[in-house]
Amino acid sequence: MLMGYSFSDLGSILVMQGFAGLIMFSVYLLMALGLAIIFGQMGVINMAHGEFMILGAYMTYECSRLFSAYMPGLFSLYFFVAIIVSFIVPGLLGMALEWSLIRFLYKRPLDTLLATWGISLMLQQAYRSIFGAREVGVNLPEWMMGSTHLSDSIEIPINGIIVMGMTLVITAGVYLLLFRSGWGKQVRAVMQNRAMAGAVGINTERVDRMTFGLGCGIAGVAGAAFTMIGSTSPTAGQLYIVDTFLVVAFGGAQSLTGTIASAFSISQTRSILEFFLSGSMAQVIVLLSVVIILMLRPQGLFVLKVRR
Amino acid sequence: MVEKKTGIFGIQSNRRQILKGLAALPVMAGLPRLAQAASATSAVNTTGLAVTDDTVTVGILHSITGTMAISETGSVEAEKLAIAQINASGGVLGRQIKVVQEDGASDWPTFAEKARKLLENDKCAAVFGCWTSASRKAVLPVFEQYNGMLYYPTFYEGLEQSRNVIYTGQEATQQILAGLDWVSREKKAKTYYLLGSDYIWPRTANKIARKHIEGHLKDSKVIGEEYFPLGHTQFNSVINKIKLHKPDVIYAIIVGGSNVAFYKQLKAAGIDLSKQTLMTISVTEDEILGIGGENIAGAYACMKYFQSLDNPANKEFVAAFKKMWGENSVIGDVTQAAYLGPWLWKLTVEKAGSFDINKVIDASPGVEFKNAPEGYVRIHPNHHLWSRTLVGQARTDGQFNVIYQTPDLMEPNPFPVGYQ
Amino acid sequence: MKSLLRDRKTALFVLVLVAILAVILPLVLEPFRLNLVGKYLTYAFVALGLVLCWGDAGILSLGQGIFFGLGGYCMAMFLKLQASTPEATKIQSTPGIPDFMDWNQITTLPWFWQPFHSLAFSIVAVAAVPMLLALIIGLSMFKRRVGGTYFAIITQAIASILTILIIGQQGYTGGVNGITDLRTLNGWDIRTDHAKLILYFVTIALLLVCLGGAHFIRCSKLGRILVAMREREDRVRFSGYDVASFKTFVFCFAAAMAGIGGAMFTLQVGFMSPSFVGIVPSIEMVIYCAVGGRTSLLGVIYGTLLVNWARTSFSETMPQVWMFAMGALFVFIVVVLPGGLASLYRTYLDPYISRLLGSSSKAPVHAGREADHANG
Repeated sequence: MLMGYSFSDLGSILVMQGFAGLIMFSVYLLMALGLAIIFGQMGVINMAHGEFMILGAYMTYECSRLFSAYMPGLFSLYFFVAIIVSFIVPGLLGMALEWSLIRFLYKRPLDTLLATWGISLMLQQAYRSIFGAREVGVNLPEWMMGSTHLSDSIEIPINGIIVMGMTLVITAGVYLLLFRSGWGKQVRAVMQNRAMAGAVGINTERVDRMTFGLGCGIAGVAGAAFTMIGSTSPTAGQLYIVDTFLVVAFGGAQSLTGTIASAFSISQTRSILEFFLSGSMAQVIVLLSVVIILMLRPQGLFVLKVRR
Repeated sequence: MVEKKTGIFGIQSNRRQILKGLAALPVMAGLPRLAQAASATSAVNTTGLAVTDDTVTVGILHSITGTMAISETGSVEAEKLAIAQINASGGVLGRQIKVVQEDGASDWPTFAEKARKLLENDKCAAVFGCWTSASRKAVLPVFEQYNGMLYYPTFYEGLEQSRNVIYTGQEATQQILAGLDWVSREKKAKTYYLLGSDYIWPRTANKIARKHIEGHLKDSKVIGEEYFPLGHTQFNSVINKIKLHKPDVIYAIIVGGSNVAFYKQLKAAGIDLSKQTLMTISVTEDEILGIGGENIAGAYACMKYFQSLDNPANKEFVAAFKKMWGENSVIGDVTQAAYLGPWLWKLTVEKAGSFDINKVIDASPGVEFKNAPEGYVRIHPNHHLWSRTLVGQARTDGQFNVIYQTPDLMEPNPFPVGYQ
Repeated sequence: MKSLLRDRKTALFVLVLVAILAVILPLVLEPFRLNLVGKYLTYAFVALGLVLCWGDAGILSLGQGIFFGLGGYCMAMFLKLQASTPEATKIQSTPGIPDFMDWNQITTLPWFWQPFHSLAFSIVAVAAVPMLLALIIGLSMFKRRVGGTYFAIITQAIASILTILIIGQQGYTGGVNGITDLRTLNGWDIRTDHAKLILYFVTIALLLVCLGGAHFIRCSKLGRILVAMREREDRVRFSGYDVASFKTFVFCFAAAMAGIGGAMFTLQVGFMSPSFVGIVPSIEMVIYCAVGGRTSLLGVIYGTLLVNWARTSFSETMPQVWMFAMGALFVFIVVVLPGGLASLYRTYLDPYISRLLGSSSKAPVHAGREADHANG
C-alpha cells in the first residue's frame, strides 16, 4: 500500500505518524494518571473520574466565556488561567467528596466503587442541568490551533505539542511529589501500612484527602487539555473512561512506571495499526490483545512483584 | 395520570416559554384556518384513542438523559414549538393537543418500553420521537403491533418502510446523490476518501456514495474508506493517511463526540478546509455548537435544511424558535424535520377528518405542507418526504451559506435499486 | 428445632414470593405493566448470581452484563434465524439471512450462526456460552489470585471490550442496533399479550428453579466455604481447599443464571442489543443486588423489582430527578445500609415473625452471613 509515493512523502509521514503516536500516548497518560494515583496509592477506584475530567473541561469553557466577555484583550492567555482553575475546582470537589463519603469506606474498597459510580450519575445530571444537554464549544485562542511547519511537508499540530508538554510537566510533578518530597513519603507510608503510619504521627486522614484531591485535580487538568482535541458534553467523560480503565488495568496500577509503560504500549500499537488498518479494526485488535494479555498476566503487564 | 404528567412535564410547565413563542405566531397566518366547530368525538375517534371533546393526546419520545440527550434536545424543542403553535391556532379538528413526554434515556429497550406505554396506556393518537436508527428499530415492532403512528425526524440510512411510520427526515439517497453530483461538477473532484463512524447509517450511506461515485460520476474513484468506533477521539493517524493520499474530496459521516475531535484535529493538523474540499452529511448547526465554527469553516454539508435558508416561512420559524428557547439556540436539519412532524400529522388528520390511525395512514400519501421552513414538502406513498437537497458551506459563526439547491424535489427511495 | 423453624420460615417466604408474583401481580396489573415486571425479573437472575459471588464469596464482578447479554444473544440469534425465512426476506439481495447481514454485504450465514438453527442447541448455549466464558475468565484470574477491586476493573474492561466488538462487527452481530424484530419461537408468536403472559410465568418458574439451586449451594458445605473464603481466604487455602476452583465454580454458576435471565429478556422484550453488555447495565445490576441485600436471595429479588419499578415511575414523571435519585440511592445504600433491605428486615421484622411461627428463641438464622461489612 505504500507503492507510488515518493521517499520524501513517506519520510514526512513517518515523522508525523511518530508524533501522532506520541500525542496519543500523552492523552492516554494524562487520562490515566489521576486514576492511577488514587487507585495505586489508596486502593480506591474512582468511577467518577471521567466526570471530574469533564468538570475541568467545563471550567475551561467558563473561563473562556468570562475572558471573552470581560477581558477580551487577555483572551489569548486565558488557557493558563483555565488550567489552574480546572485543577483547583475538581481538586476541591474531590477533597470534599473524600471528606463526606470516601473516608467512611476505606475498609470496603468495592463499595467505594459503587458509591463513586453513584456520584458520577449525579454529576452528569448536574452538568446537564447547569450547562445544558448539548455540547458546548470551547473557544481556543488562535495561537493554540493550527500547526507548525517543520518542513514543506511535515506539519505538527500545536495542540498536540501543548498536550505533550502538559503531560510531561504533570508526570514529572507527580513523580517529584510522590518520590522526592516529604509529603510523598507520607503518602507511600500510609499506603504501605496505615496503622503504622498513623502511629508515627502521620495524619493519615489528611494524607488521604490530599491524595484524592490531587488525583481529581489532575483529572480536571486532563479535561482542560482535552478541550483542544475533543468534545465537552455532560456524558463525554464516558468516551474517555473505557480507555482509561484499560490503561490502568493493563499497567497493573501499582506503580507509576506501570501506568506510563502501559499507556505507551497501547497508544503506539494503536496508532501504528490505525495507519495500516481502519480505525475500528485497529481498536478491535488492540483490545483483544489487551484482553488476552490480561488473561495470561492478570496482575497487569508491568506490575512489580509485591508481597501482600 | 396523564393529567398530572402533562402538568409536570408537558406543555403546561413550559407555559412561560410557550407564551413567548406564541408572540411570534404570524407564522400561522399563511396557513389555512381550520374549522372551529369540533365534530363529534365518536365520529373522529372510533378506535379508543385518547381523544375527548376538546383535547387529543400525543406522545413525545426522545432521550432527555444519557448520551443521546446531546442530539435529541433540539427535536424535543421543535416538536413542542410546533404543538404550541398548532394549539394557539385552534388545535386539530378543534381539539387542543396534550403532550405526554417520555424519556428514552438513550437506551433502546427503554425506548421500546416507553413506546408501548404511550400506545397502550396513554392511547396516544400520534408519537413524535426517536433519533437513532437503533431506537427506531427497537420501537418499530411496537408501533406495528399496537397500530400507532410515529413521526421520525432524523435523516437515516433507508432500507425501511413501515405503514406506521412517517419519515420526516431524508433517506440516504436523497441526501447523498445530489451533493456528490454537485461536488463532482463544481469542484471537478475525481478522488474521494470516505470516512464514517462504525454503525449502520454511515456504512449504508458510504455504500451508496461509493456506488454513485464509481458508477455514475465520470472517471471518479474512491481511494479510501474507513470506520471508527463510536466515541473515538483520536484521528491523527487517519489524518496522516489523508495527507498521504491527497484526495480531492473527504467525505465524512462521523457522529457524536467523535465529530468534535475529528474537526479539531483536522484543523490542528494544518488541513485548511477552504482549500481541501470536505463534504459531510452528519454535521448540522447543532453539531457546530460543539465543534466550534472556526474549526469547520469552509466545509460543505449536504442537507435539506439550513437555519440561514432565506424564505419568509423559515424566518418566522427561526424567530419563533428563538423566542421560545432562547436567543442562542440554533436549528439544525433534524430539528426542522422534527418541527414538521406535528404539522404533517395535523394536516393529515384534517384531510382524513378523523384521528383513527388507519384513516390517517390512508390519508398520508400526498399530504402537502406548503409553508414548511424548508419550503414545500409532500408525503410520498412510501411514507418519506419529497424534499429538496441543499449544499451549504460552513461559516465561522456556525451557520451555513446555502450555495446550491436542487431545482426539483428529490424523490425518496428507501430501497434504491443498484445502490445495494 | 432450629432447622425445622428455618425450613418453615424459608418455605413461608418462598410461598409469599410466589403468591405475589404469580397470583397478586397478574390479577392487579394490566398486561403492559405485567410484561414490565417480567422484564425486571430477568435482571433478578443476575442478582441471584451476585448474591453467591459477591455477597457470599466476596468476588465483585462488574461484568455480569456480559453473561446476561451472551445468553440474550444466543436466544436472539435463534429467533432471528426463525424470522429470516427466505419468504420473509425476499426483498433482500440474499434472501434467507438476517436483514442486517444483507445490509453489510454478507452473502452467506457465518459458521457460528449455523448451529442456532436448532432450538435445542440454542437453549443449551444460553447457559453454556456464558459459563464457558466465565470458566476462562475465572480460571485465568482466580488461579493467579486476582481478586477485589482489581478483578472488578478487569471484568469491567472485558465488558467494554465485548461491547465494542459487538458494535464493531455489525455484519455478524447487528451492531449497535442489536438483533431486532424477533417474531416467533418455533412458530409460536411471542409478541401477543397471551404469549407474554405465558413467558411471564415461565420466567417465574425458572427464577424459582434458580432460587432453589442457589439456596441449595448456600446450604451445602460449599456455601460455607465460600463465606469462609470471603472472611479469611488464606486460612481456607492453608486448610487445604482449592480456593480458585470454588471461586470459578460459583462464578460460572452465576454466569449461567445470568445467561438464562438474558434469554428470558430477549423472549419478553423481542430484541437484544449491545447496550446490555456494557459497563452501565453491569453496575446497575450490582446495585439491584445491593439494594435488596447482598446476602439475601429473596431480598435481591425484591430489590430488583423495587429499583426498576422506581426507575419506571420516576422516569415517567420526572426523568431529570431520576438520575439524581439513582445516584443518591447508590451512595445511600453503600454508606448507610450496606446490608440492603434484607438487613432492615432482619433487624426489625424477623424477631416478630419468628415469634409468630411459634418459637421464643431468637435463632440467628444464617449466622455469619449477617456480617454487614463487605470485603475487598
